[in-house]
Amino acid sequence: MNITTNGEAVSIDPLTVQQYLVSLGIDPRRVAVELNMDILPKAQYETTLLKEGDALEIVHFVGGGARG
Amino acid sequence: MPLTNDKLVIAGREFDSRLMVGTGKYADFHQMVRAIEVSGAQIITVAVRRVNISDRSKESLLDHIDLKKYTLLPNTAGCYTADDAIRTCRLAREAGLSDFVKLEVLGDEKTLFPNNEELLKAAKVLIAEGFTVLPYTSDDPIICKKLEDMGCAAVMPLGAPIGSGLGIRNPYNIQIILETVKVPVIVDAGVGTASDAAIAMELGCDGVLMNTAIASAQDPVAMAEAMNLAVRAGRLAYRAGRIPRKLYATASSPLAGLIA
Repeated sequence: MNITTNGEAVSIDPLTVQQYLVSLGIDPRRVAVELNMDILPKAQYETTLLKEGDALEIVHFVGGGARG
Repeated sequence: MPLTNDKLVIAGREFDSRLMVGTGKYADFHQMVRAIEVSGAQIITVAVRRVNISDRSKESLLDHIDLKKYTLLPNTAGCYTADDAIRTCRLAREAGLSDFVKLEVLGDEKTLFPNNEELLKAAKVLIAEGFTVLPYTSDDPIICKKLEDMGCAAVMPLGAPIGSGLGIRNPYNIQIILETVKVPVIVDAGVGTASDAAIAMELGCDGVLMNTAIASAQDPVAMAEAMNLAVRAGRLAYRAGRIPRKLYATASSPLAGLIA
């Protein structure tokens, strides 16, 4: 199944968002996820199954002040 | 005059320190942590960026920051439209579980001056969504008043362009802003060295936010301490009430009893 994560095309097995984050080695508490341009609340990570063609943005905090 | 009972209050939250610092541009996390600690800052700005999904070896910023000790202020640095800034704030809230955002919508890459039209647009949407908005703005009293009227929790006029180190280029505008708005006025951007921060505080500003001046100094940890002292010294001088400026001298020793 093909999805887009942070602008990159990736091929994955059917997974929930929670499972996908863990498979990437990401601590779900430390990130925010946008699914097809809408914020996905953390409470829905475990119940949201990724679908063919989904576009994910996974962001976190990095050092930044005036200009990141 | 002691600095007790002189808390900075933003949207009902109290802070002892009036210096806010960024987390960008440090040589490494260790240096950043030391500098932040020495600065005494309690509010620190962070940026929101994509996670690198192919290389997970890099350490995460939050591994190094004690969230019980510091209030994170996510910023929208690098956003040039209201839509991008709004999207970034929504993500920041989800990542950090706080409503505080430093709203920054830039106008062009050369000056990094704010695009106030887009800024006002974004602020309106975000305030309606329950965000506590701290907007980075031009040192323009009219824009600052508009931002206050729409419900921003503070205004953050620039002292000079971001990262320029030119200091407070227009103290008179900052003074007018201080007279115009009731919300905290925090000078954001332009500070180069300790005296710049002290000047902002002596004018009566409620706080100063900086990143480059500390992180890009030759010794960031020493500069962080200098800024800590400067912000406190400037605040103290402001509260102490300076003498008026006069063109001519006034003797400070008594004239009576002179030998000649």
